[in-house]
Amino acid sequence: MLKITNLQKTFNPGTVNEKVALCGLDLTLADGDFVTVIGGNGAGKSTLLNAIAGVWKPDYGTIELDGIDVTNMPEHKRAKFLGRVFQDPMKGTAPDMEIAENLAIASKRGIKRKFRWGVKKSDRKQYKELLATLELGLENRLSTKVGLLSGGQRQAVTLLMATLNRPKLLLLDEHTAALDPKTASKVLYLTNKIVSENHLTTLMITHNMHDAIEYGNRLIMMHEGEIVVDVSGEEKKKLTIEQLLQMFEVSSGSKFGSDKAILSK
Amino acid sequence: MAFLNTLPGAVAEGLIWGLLAIGVYISYKVLDIADLTVDGSVCTGACVCAVLIGVGCPVIPAVIVAFLAGAVTGVVTGLLHTALGIPSILAGILTQLMLYSVNLTILGGKSLATIDPRTNRLLLNMSDNPKSIIVMIGIVAAVIIGLWLFFYTEIGLTLKSTGDNADMSRAQGVDVSRNKVIGLAISNGIVALAGAMLAQYKGSANINDGRGAIVIGLAAIFIGLSVSLKIKPNFVVSLIGVTCGGVIYYIVYNFVILLGLKTDFLKMLSAIIVAIFLAVPYLKTTHFQSKKTVPPIVKNTTGGEGDA
Repeated sequence: MLKITNLQKTFNPGTVNEKVALCGLDLTLADGDFVTVIGGNGAGKSTLLNAIAGVWKPDYGTIELDGIDVTNMPEHKRAKFLGRVFQDPMKGTAPDMEIAENLAIASKRGIKRKFRWGVKKSDRKQYKELLATLELGLENRLSTKVGLLSGGQRQAVTLLMATLNRPKLLLLDEHTAALDPKTASKVLYLTNKIVSENHLTTLMITHNMHDAIEYGNRLIMMHEGEIVVDVSGEEKKKLTIEQLLQMFEVSSGSKFGSDKAILSK
Repeated sequence: MAFLNTLPGAVAEGLIWGLLAIGVYISYKVLDIADLTVDGSVCTGACVCAVLIGVGCPVIPAVIVAFLAGAVTGVVTGLLHTALGIPSILAGILTQLMLYSVNLTILGGKSLATIDPRTNRLLLNMSDNPKSIIVMIGIVAAVIIGLWLFFYTEIGLTLKSTGDNADMSRAQGVDVSRNKVIGLAISNGIVALAGAMLAQYKGSANINDGRGAIVIGLAAIFIGLSVSLKIKPNFVVSLIGVTCGGVIYYIVYNFVILLGLKTDFLKMLSAIIVAIFLAVPYLKTTHFQSKKTVPPIVKNTTGGEGDA
């Protein structure tokens, strides 16, 4: 489904702020894989997701989605394949537009938009049913401006928007990090539900080791722009945080650098 | 009494500037771009319309060509901004400066083109204010209905989201750059349409028409929205409010002239109105609101028994 070959990216090359974000990263995802990504600050996790989404072009390497080379495809064209939820709950929805209008825009992701009525009656009915599955009481607030919702509600709506048109790949960039613990676990529960019901191929960055182990069928750990740990299947199911930290130290030759990730359970 | 006599004229001219304000609303409020092309494109609309009528072109085609010319100016600004990466405010200034030369060329190197309302069949003119008001209400209504239909289509919704949240739009497969160009074309097309109406109303097009037009447009938007948002915050009501804002602006404008303000100071007045409307929301958050919403924490200094 996703095939990344020798991906390299350096920010601000030739300046004092030069930062090698990705150095020759290879990654292949099979259809239906739910991969959690963990790593310290500056490990290159978000850089990896942004490269796949096409926020900027990599310096070197190729990205293939569903057998199509998308390395040079602009962000809005690549969106056809991708569902995205950002860390910042404000980033995924248009605040001055109604919930129904946001969903209507998402429902046409990857489809040629025309001069047809944007939100039809039948659409509203469908959106109502979908919103009801979130169990947040949003099904009766279709005409509410999204800007009036809480961060957690906005993140749940973004999740719905990202998956309304089945994406080839779902990209979740620490999408619960900005939420309070209770809301975060609710959004994570919804994520797991939507991903497993639709068998979505998913790449989820998290700062929480516990979540990284609990969710998904494969876990990768990044360090200085490379993948240093990659466990899947039965091995991942039995994994503990202590084992994970040990594997990290062995393969990267350094201590895991994020207290936040170790401490949050 | 003198004030009442000027009222029909103020309403007619206010409606023309209200139409211009609808154009500015598309760029400033929907796309979130302060587009300074407007000062040039309103003049382009006036010049194109006046010159075409002058060479014997019927009025309706002349107005349509003026609209299209305005749309082209919007495309130029849009491409300067999106394809060449020039900040939008600077892109608008550059197009505006280009348009000064273009407009002079359209006028044939002169600074003025006149249209005689007696020999040409015009849609409106200051010699017949009641008719002008009816024509302008019709045009404004047609533009608002057109925009209403357009902005609720699949494509129109993405134009709204482009200005509201560009990140979200790109993630949903929206070509943000293309939408900005389309939006600026529509905006400046409407502005040029207002220019064409202004030329007919005044019976002339002047190279200096439109200086400060963006400021008048913004004033109309702020005045109109301060009322309409309280009634119902939706697209159509906002557009109607913005048009009324233009009318209110012109009534106040005429009133101030009657009070004896030197016309030299009118542009100063327009700028001050806009500055006040832009400053008030900011000052509210920095100077006033915090005191109201967050009560000061009163420290308990007398009884310290509970603290161990």
